[in-house]
Amino acid sequence: MTATTFGWLVLLFPLAGTVVLGLGWRSLPGRSAGWIGTAAIAASFACAVVCLAALQSHHPGARQLTSTLWDYAVTVGVDARLSILVDPLAVMMILVVSGISALIHLYSVSYLWSDRGYARFFSYLNFFVFSMLLLVLAGNFLVLIIGWAFVGAASYLLISFWYRRTTATRAGIKAFVINVVGDVGLVLGTYFILKHTGTLDFVKTFNAVPHVFARDDGDLVAGCVLLLVGAFAKSAQIPLHTWLPDAMEGPTPVSALIHAATMVTAGVYLIARLHPLFERAPAAADVGAVIGCLTLVVAATIALAQTDVKRVIAYSTMSQIGYMIMGVSVGAYAAGLFHLMTHAFFKALLFMAAGSLIGAMAGEQSLNRMGGFRRAMPFTYAAFVVGGLALSGVPPFSGFFSKDEILLVTGERGGWHWILYVAGYAGALLTAVYTFRLIFRAFHGEPVKEATELEHGHLAHADHPFNPATGEEEDTDVGFPGPEHHIAERDPPMRLAMGVLAVGALVAGLVQIPKVDFVIDHFLHPSFADSALYEVRTKNGLLAVGLIVGTALGLAGVAIAYRIWVTRPGTAAAIQARLTFVHRLLVNKWYFDELLDLLFVRPGAWMGRFAQQTFERVVVNEALVGGTTGLVRAGSAAVRAAQSGFVRYYAGVLVIGIAAVSLYFLLQS
Amino acid sequence: MNIGWYLAVSALVFCIGAAGVLTRRNPVVILLCLELMLNAGNLALIGFARMWGNSQGQVFAMIVMVVAACEVTIGLGLIVAIYRRRLPIDVDELRELQG
Repeated sequence: MTATTFGWLVLLFPLAGTVVLGLGWRSLPGRSAGWIGTAAIAASFACAVVCLAALQSHHPGARQLTSTLWDYAVTVGVDARLSILVDPLAVMMILVVSGISALIHLYSVSYLWSDRGYARFFSYLNFFVFSMLLLVLAGNFLVLIIGWAFVGAASYLLISFWYRRTTATRAGIKAFVINVVGDVGLVLGTYFILKHTGTLDFVKTFNAVPHVFARDDGDLVAGCVLLLVGAFAKSAQIPLHTWLPDAMEGPTPVSALIHAATMVTAGVYLIARLHPLFERAPAAADVGAVIGCLTLVVAATIALAQTDVKRVIAYSTMSQIGYMIMGVSVGAYAAGLFHLMTHAFFKALLFMAAGSLIGAMAGEQSLNRMGGFRRAMPFTYAAFVVGGLALSGVPPFSGFFSKDEILLVTGERGGWHWILYVAGYAGALLTAVYTFRLIFRAFHGEPVKEATELEHGHLAHADHPFNPATGEEEDTDVGFPGPEHHIAERDPPMRLAMGVLAVGALVAGLVQIPKVDFVIDHFLHPSFADSALYEVRTKNGLLAVGLIVGTALGLAGVAIAYRIWVTRPGTAAAIQARLTFVHRLLVNKWYFDELLDLLFVRPGAWMGRFAQQTFERVVVNEALVGGTTGLVRAGSAAVRAAQSGFVRYYAGVLVIGIAAVSLYFLLQS
Repeated sequence: MNIGWYLAVSALVFCIGAAGVLTRRNPVVILLCLELMLNAGNLALIGFARMWGNSQGQVFAMIVMVVAACEVTIGLGLIVAIYRRRLPIDVDELRELQG
């Protein structure tokens, strides 16, 4: 069996899991739904590993394998096939996606156990994994768009999983609408490319691009910018990012899987996959780099002031994806994807740990109510510290290597890229500060009531279940979270999942240590063989500076956070009081929600009202519908008047008519 | 004799009949006037048959007479039925079919 066969098998297992769980949810006893879902993804991961082995047995020059299952429509100018492309980039993505997904499924087996929608949850989750794998394995634009849209739909289903919670359903709709904006961008961008190359297939497109498009060709730049709109919407980049923090309304494993580790990195994958287009249109790539840089700084500043534990991590996700988008846009493909991989490990870990924390707080998510959990939950604390150090880029944790490599390549591009370089390091400092602000506020200081009780073995329960965002009362039936909370300290599946991820966060960076080994660089090389910017790096250049500055900033950030939130507890309030304006700006997320509301939502609603109240009432209702009925009514009234019922009147009309006709013919002849 | 005279008489009788149909309200008189109109037609047919010297017009006239007899039968039957039901014998009063 070849590598592509295993590629298809990778897709088959999650799809089968979706169908089995979706149809058999009534007859699956106990935790079997969770185990079936987990087994499907684990099988998928196993196939991905075999696929990797099969691919590595090929000659490096022949590691782009396409396989077509059937044709949708193949005519002149369109070749729509159900095909996958198995190459190092795709294989790396399926390994990350299926691997992290398997662990998160394992975590969810316990985490959602008391929830009434248990089987439904795993069916959705399997569907998401299938969609994501389809997206990364797609061999042409068509399949990519299908996977892209499926992923958006799965994200909507999972954000609104607790469908009786209004905040959750609203967040789901918001995410879906913004994602659809991205879908439109992707489809239009594809059209711009297809119009000139005449093929949807990736490999053929890449071969055609140098012949068809001049450098910075207008249509190509337009197409690439539209593709970037798709990438920004999916990857939560400014200005299409506002859905991601709201998406935290979903269950925590969903936040870990979709809104941190996999789906939101689809934009990074897209840019890396279509690198021949972006290298031919550097203007579009520059847009990506600038937006990525902007997002990483803005999101990091917002994370400093948020108090919802999941939202802080969500903003850090946005910020880290900003690094990746910036990386792949400036040509640091291997570094960007390397960061994607390490980020998947430590961000999934952080979310799982946050889920454990929320479980211990009986659903409460506000940092203001937390504190002193260090002794009550040592395992969660350790997971948070490992994840936090990796996120802050402290050596030897994984984030250190990947983040610095992105910035190194950015710096080497020179020119105005130095601005991005400096901003990236500023972001790194902020990252360390907000990450450890979170850890110090939740785990240090005076233990709160829940923490002291947990130390004595009592897990806090809310007297009445409530929505942490609004305080509304809820019940524990289907459509709301279940009654039991699970924290990682107690349940072996959760501990196992977090343990594996913690080890990953610790050692994943070691696969690519500068000047020592280049596993990722060499592995990905066949996918980027035609790239002018891709090179396996051995230069000294900025390397030493970057490593030293990165380490220093990471440690400095931790130190600042320690000083503000541990040694001098009043400092944060003092800073807040002095910089009221800045604090208000950050708490309100730079007013992006309000800005989008003002620019798009309100004009849209105004136009809708105009269409409904003025246009429909006057033009449609009165002129068109009313006019037609009026015409028919008047006509029928005239005809009705002729039907008087007087026989003599009819006879008279008859006589006059015949006389008139006769006269006419007489005069004619 | 010139065909014109026959036709003139025919037209005169037809007009008298038509005027009767239009002005009278008693259904019996209307039937009578209808007969007048039909016979005016017959007169014209026979006049033309004589002019051409063949019998086709006369055959037509015979058929019209038969049809007229049938029509009178039905018409009188209707009038009797109306009378039996004690409805007014006046065509202007019988106008339930108005639109």
